[in-house]
Amino acid sequence: MLRIREDLVAAMVAHARRDHPDEACGILAGPEGSDEPQRVIEMLNAARSPTYYEFDATEWNAVYREMTGKDEEPVVIYHSHTATEPYPSRTDIARAGEYAQLLPSPHYVLIGTSDPDQHVLRSYRIVDGAVTEEPVEVV
Amino acid sequence: MAVTVSIPTILRTHTGGEKQVPAEGSTLAEVIDNLEANHGGLKARLVKEGSLHRFVNVYVNDEDVRFAGGLDAAVADGDNVTILPAVAGG
Repeated sequence: MLRIREDLVAAMVAHARRDHPDEACGILAGPEGSDEPQRVIEMLNAARSPTYYEFDATEWNAVYREMTGKDEEPVVIYHSHTATEPYPSRTDIARAGEYAQLLPSPHYVLIGTSDPDQHVLRSYRIVDGAVTEEPVEVV
Repeated sequence: MAVTVSIPTILRTHTGGEKQVPAEGSTLAEVIDNLEANHGGLKARLVKEGSLHRFVNVYVNDEDVRFAGGLDAAVADGDNVTILPAVAGG
């Protein structure tokens, strides 16, 4: 289960809406090992694409260094799907597997923005290629 | 050339839990070979068939080595080497 503050949800959704129709991506950072997201870090989508996202490598290095300096880690990695269902794509699953070789697997939050009036937000764990949706408790 | 390598969380099983370890070398390839000599198993997580894994980012200080020669990237005394996963999806 992902427990998340309402303002963090609002910030992710606002970011996804702003970058629509390109995919938006970012991090919710929290204290290492806490599983508690505390702040939003909007990342550039270096791909600037409606079907793909990629953290800008240089920005990611700087952000990661700042997080580790504060004993934080990425608790959530989020991105938007702007034309399709907010369910992890084959590419999402493959990249999640490679991420998990190096850093602890985060919650993957996907935000669907295909409907201009109603977003859809879902959270998943992706372990060994298996996707499991999990409940989101907004507090 | 002595450099400091920041080890990502999951790979710390190879470094006895150390977040940062020293290594020697004048290129990234030499640094990785030196890491492997002291912390066996690391090289295979970073290098495949003579190149960096496609979805592993390595930085020398602030620079992504992909734009600095990859494994041939030069390192200098006191440099910081950081290893991170690329973050991407569709």
